Amino acid sequence: MLSFCVHFPGLTESVIAAACSRVGQNVLHLDRRNYYAGNWASFTFNGLLSWIEEYKVIILSFSLRYKFMGTYVKFIDETKAPLTSCQPVNAETVSEETTGDSTEAQDTVTGDDTTASDAKTQNEEHKVSEPKEEQHTSDISEPSQSQEEKDPQPISSPADPPVDVEKKITYQKLVKEGRRFNIDLVSKLMYSRGALVDLLIKSNVSRYAEFKNIGRILTCRNGKVKQVPCSRADVFASKQLTVVEKRMLMKFLTFCLDFEQHPEEYQDYTEEPFREFLKNKKLTENLQDFVLHSIAMVTQQTLTEEGLKATQHFLRCLGRYGNTPFLFPLYGLGEIPQCFCRMCAVFGGIYCLRHSVQCLVVDKASNKVKAVIDTRGQKISCSHFVVEDSYIRDEQRQSTISLVTIPPLESSAPAVRMVELCSSSMTCMPGTYLVHFTCSSSGTAQEDLAPVVSELFHVSTIPGEEPSEGAEERSKPAVLWVMYFNMRDTSALDSSSYSLPSNVHVCTGPDGSLGSDCSIKLAESVFHHILPDEEFCPPAPNPEDIIYDGDGPQAEGPGFDESANTEADKSQAEEEGATHEKSPSTESSDPAEMDSVTQQAPSDTTPSSEE
Amino acid sequence: MPFPLHGRLKIKSTAQQEEEKRKEREKKLKAFVSARDAVLKKRSAGEHDEEALQLTQQLLSSNPDFATLWNYRREVLLHLETLREKDEVQKLYESELHFIEACLKVNPKSYGCWHHRSWVNTRLPQPDWTRELGLCDRCLSLDERNFHCWDYRRVVVKESGVSAEQELQFTDRLIGSNFSNYSSWHYRSTLLPQLHPQPVPDSAPNTICEEQLLKEYELAHNAFFTDPNDQSAWFYYRWLLGRAEREEMISCVYVSREGQRVSVAFSKPVHSEGLMLVLDGQPQQVEWRSAHPRFRHSPVWLCDLPPGSISDISNEHNLTIHWTEKHTHRDCALYTECEVCVFVFVCVCGRSELSVEKSSVLQAELQSCNQLLDLEPQNKWCLLTIILLMRALDPLGHEKETLAHFQTLKEVDPMRSSYYSDLCSKFLIENTILKMEYAEVRVFSLSNKNLTTLCHLDQLLFVTHINLSSNQLLRLPPQFAMLQCLEVLEADDNAIESLEGLYHLPKLEEVSLRNNRILFSKKSKCFYKKPLFWCQSQCLIWPCFKDSVFFINKPIQTYSRAKFCYSPLF
Repeated sequence: MLSFCVHFPGLTESVIAAACSRVGQNVLHLDRRNYYAGNWASFTFNGLLSWIEEYKVIILSFSLRYKFMGTYVKFIDETKAPLTSCQPVNAETVSEETTGDSTEAQDTVTGDDTTASDAKTQNEEHKVSEPKEEQHTSDISEPSQSQEEKDPQPISSPADPPVDVEKKITYQKLVKEGRRFNIDLVSKLMYSRGALVDLLIKSNVSRYAEFKNIGRILTCRNGKVKQVPCSRADVFASKQLTVVEKRMLMKFLTFCLDFEQHPEEYQDYTEEPFREFLKNKKLTENLQDFVLHSIAMVTQQTLTEEGLKATQHFLRCLGRYGNTPFLFPLYGLGEIPQCFCRMCAVFGGIYCLRHSVQCLVVDKASNKVKAVIDTRGQKISCSHFVVEDSYIRDEQRQSTISLVTIPPLESSAPAVRMVELCSSSMTCMPGTYLVHFTCSSSGTAQEDLAPVVSELFHVSTIPGEEPSEGAEERSKPAVLWVMYFNMRDTSALDSSSYSLPSNVHVCTGPDGSLGSDCSIKLAESVFHHILPDEEFCPPAPNPEDIIYDGDGPQAEGPGFDESANTEADKSQAEEEGATHEKSPSTESSDPAEMDSVTQQAPSDTTPSSEE
Repeated sequence: MPFPLHGRLKIKSTAQQEEEKRKEREKKLKAFVSARDAVLKKRSAGEHDEEALQLTQQLLSSNPDFATLWNYRREVLLHLETLREKDEVQKLYESELHFIEACLKVNPKSYGCWHHRSWVNTRLPQPDWTRELGLCDRCLSLDERNFHCWDYRRVVVKESGVSAEQELQFTDRLIGSNFSNYSSWHYRSTLLPQLHPQPVPDSAPNTICEEQLLKEYELAHNAFFTDPNDQSAWFYYRWLLGRAEREEMISCVYVSREGQRVSVAFSKPVHSEGLMLVLDGQPQQVEWRSAHPRFRHSPVWLCDLPPGSISDISNEHNLTIHWTEKHTHRDCALYTECEVCVFVFVCVCGRSELSVEKSSVLQAELQSCNQLLDLEPQNKWCLLTIILLMRALDPLGHEKETLAHFQTLKEVDPMRSSYYSDLCSKFLIENTILKMEYAEVRVFSLSNKNLTTLCHLDQLLFVTHINLSSNQLLRLPPQFAMLQCLEVLEADDNAIESLEGLYHLPKLEEVSLRNNRILFSKKSKCFYKKPLFWCQSQCLIWPCFKDSVFFINKPIQTYSRAKFCYSPLF
C-alpha cells in the first residue's frame, strides 16, 4: 500500500513528494510525460520542438489569467535562408468542449465537473506558441551592449563577452547544438531569501544543483534600456541619477528595510496606491518608476503597504548571493523540481514516467481515494493523491543574467518582465541568448508581447531578411526564433472549489510572480495537511551519517556514492513501474467495481504552434 | 534495496554525531601535538631534510598561523636549494606555492602564509607573476577588504610591472562593487599622482591635475550621497581636498639683551641639529635647548649667549640663525637702546589644513556638501567636511557658521564631543592669531571661548600678556613653556588641574588662577622641585605646596589673586 501517489509532478508536487518520502512515506510518482517537472520543465531545443509538436495535437482548454511568451534565441546568422520560418500564428483558443479531444481525457466524473465549470467561468484560453524562425546578421542583444557601456566593471565572470561572438549561427547549428539549450517553460527567478531558497538550504536539496546570480536588473524607459539601481553599489555607480536622487533613493530604500518600525511615515497612505506614497516621499518620477516597476514589481493600483512589503522583500534578498536579489539554477529552472524528485528517490520514492492515472477509486462513505487506476488498468492503492491542476513555466538568463522590467506602454497594459539568459547559465549555446517575456495577459501572448519584442529586438517579417542598412533596426539584436504561448495561472484558485475526495490534494501550477514562494508555501501547507505531526523537509543527512545494517559489507564502505544510489533507485523505480503494466491499454480497465471513479484532471498547457 | 527498514533511512542521532566529532577532535589534537614535538625536536637537532618539509606541511595545513614552522620551512628550503639543480629548485618552490594556496584556504588572513609567499617568490628562479596577480584577484573577489592580500598584491604589481592605469581600473572595479573599501580608495590616492600629476612643475608632491581631480570629486560625491554614513569615501574626499604642507622655515626670532638669550621658533617641530648662531659675523658655540626639557623635537629652541656679548645697550648687533639642514637662515639686528628684539617673519598657523590653491573648486565643493547637509542635517561627516571647507575658504568670515556646526556635531555625535571641542579650540586660537597678524600686539586674549585645549603656542613666542579666563581648560601643558616672553597670565574660571607648563617661563610676573581645580598632591603632575619665591604670603603658601595634606583638591582661589614673582628655574 502506497502512502502517496503524486501525479504530474510540478514544483509543488515534487516538494510534497520529497517531504513525504523524507519522513518515511512511500511515494509513487506518476507522470504521463516522458520528462520531469511538468510545466516547470526545461527542454533542449530539440525537446522543445517535440514539445510543440506534441501540443499541436493535445489541445486543452483552460482558464487563463496568465500568459507569457516564450523564447528568443538571438543570433548572428550567416545563412540567408532561415530554416523554419514560422510565421507567428495565434493558435486560437480552444473552447472547453474540446477537452474530450485530449488523448488523456477520459471519463468525466462528478468531481471533474466542478473543475471544468470552474474553469469555464474564467476567460478560457490556453494558447500556445507560434514558433517563428528568423535569422539575421546582427549583434548581440541590445541590453548587453548597453550594459557593457554602462557597467565598465563586470563583476561576474567576464566569460564569453557577447561582443566576441563574430561567427554567425544558423538554424541547423541551433538544431545541431540543441542539447546546449535548456529552455524553461516558466520564467522565474529565485529570491535569495525566498521560501524556495530557504527550503533548498534547509532540506540540503541545494547540494543537487548549482546556481548563478542574476547580474543586473534593467528596465526599459522610452525605448532605452537602463540599469535599475537597486543595491548600494548600483546606486553609487549609476550615471543616470543625480547625487540628490541617489540620496533620496537610498533614504527611501533604507526606510523600506524596516518600514514597520516607522508607521507614522506611511500611515496616512495605507488606503492609497503605493505610487502616491512614492510621490509624497519626493521621489522623482524616474525613481518612482524604478521602485514601482523594478524593485517592488507591483502595479499602479497596488496599495502602499503591499508595495512597501514587496520592496522590503526585494531589499532583504540583496547581498546574500551578490548584488541582485535573485538566483537562477544552472541548466534551467527545471532543475529544481528534479532536485526534489531526486531527494524523494533517495528516500525511496518511485518514479514512473509515461505513466498516467486514469481514474481514482473513491470510497463513498469517507469520500477518500482508496486507490488509483493507471492508464494500463492497474489498480494502485494509496492513501493520498497529489495532483497538479495546470502547467508552469520557467525562466532563463545570460552571461550575466539580466532581469528587465518594462513598464506598461499604456497604463492599462500589463507590465512585462523580461529575463535574458546567457550561455553560461547553461540554458543556451554560446553566442546566443535565451529571452523570456512574461506578463499577465490581456489578450493573446502575441498581442500583449509583440510590441515590446519589436521595441527591443529586430524581428524581421521576411525570414532571413537582413536588417536594412543604417536603419535603427540594425543596432537591435535580431531574433532568430520565437515562440508565443499562453499559460494558465491558477494560483489564485481555491482548491476547495473542486469537490474532490478529501485526500486528493490539488496543487496549482506556476503563478505569474517572479519568485516561487507561492508554490513552496502551498507544498508546505499540503504537507502539513497530510502529515500534521511531521517536520517539513528536515535536512537530508550527510552520507557519513547514514547507518547501514544487515545490508552487506559493501554498503558500509566509506565511498557511499549518493548519485550512484539515486540512479540505481530511479531505474529500479522505473522497473517497478513497468511491472505494473498488467493491462496494456487504458480502455481495458473496468471501473464498474469501483465505488466511484473520478477522472483524472488532465493537463494544462495548450500550445498551438504554426509554422 | 539500498534503504532497508521499510525505506526509511537510519540516521545517527545528534548525540552520536557529537560524540564522534569529539573523538575525532581528540584524535586530531593528539596527532597535532606529537607532530609538533617531532618537528621542534628536528629543528633543534638542525635537521634540514624532506621529512621536515612533510611534517611542517601537515601541521601548517591545519594551522597556518604557526610562525615558527614557517621559519623552519624556510631554513629547510634554503638548505635544499643548495643541493639541487636549478629546474629542481623551480619545482620545489612551485610546489611550495601550491601548498601555501591550500593554507590560505584555511586562513586567508594568515600573516605567515602571505609573508612566506612573498619570500618564495623571491627565491623562485622564474616567478610567475601573472599567476600571482590572478591569485590576488581571486582572493579579493572573495573578500575585497583583505589587507594582507592588498599588501601582497602591491608587491606583485611592482614586480610584474602592471601599469598604473590597469591598477586604477582595478580599484574602479572594486570600489564599484563595494565602495566601503579603504584599501581601494587608498590605492587610488597613490596611483593618481603618478597617472595624472599636477602639470605645474614646482607644485607640492602627491597632487593631481584639476581635470582628474574633478572626476574624483564626483566619484566621492556619488559615494557619500549614496551612503553618507560610510566614512571611507569621506576620508578619500579629505585627501582630495588636499592638505597644506607647511613649509619648513624659521618663523620667529626673539633676542633679549637682559636675559642674553635667543629664542627661535620654527614652522614645524624640528631637531636642534644643524642650528647655528652667528653673532656679528662670529659663529658662536652655544647650547641649544628646547622650551621644555621634555621635548626633543620642538618648534621652539633657545640658547644663552656668552655672558656680556650683547648686554651693552649702546652696541648694535647683527645676528644670523643658520639652519643648515634646510639650507636656510634668518638675519636680525639688535639695535642700540633696544632691550629686546622680536622678528616675526611669518605667521604660519591659522591657515586651514586644506590647500587653498583652488578656491573656486573648494567653493563648488562647499556647495555640494551644503546640498547634502540639507538632506541629511544630522550627518557628522558632512558637517565636519563643511567646517574644513569653510576654514580653507575664509576662516574668519565663516567663524559663526563653523561654531554652529560644531555645536550640532557635539549633539549628533556625543561620543566624540571632546574631540570636536578640541578641534574647535584649535580653530578659534588660529582665528585669534589670524586677527592678531594684522595688529602688532603682544597681548593675546582668548577669554570666554570655551577652549578645551591650547595649541599653536609656538606661534606666540613674542606674546607678553595672555588671557585665558573663562574657558574649560584642564591644564597648562608643557608646550606653555614656549611662551618665552610671557609676563602676565590670566587663567581664572577654568578647570585647570596641572600647571606643568608654568614652571619654565623666565619672565612671568603675574599669574591669576582663581576658581580652578589645582591639585597639590604628591602625585600631582606639578613640578616644584625647587622652591618658588612668592612675592606675597610666601610663608603661607610655600608650606602648603610642600605638604600636600592640606590642599588636596582645594581650589587656589582661597589665595585670591596669587601674585608672585618667579625665579627662573634654569
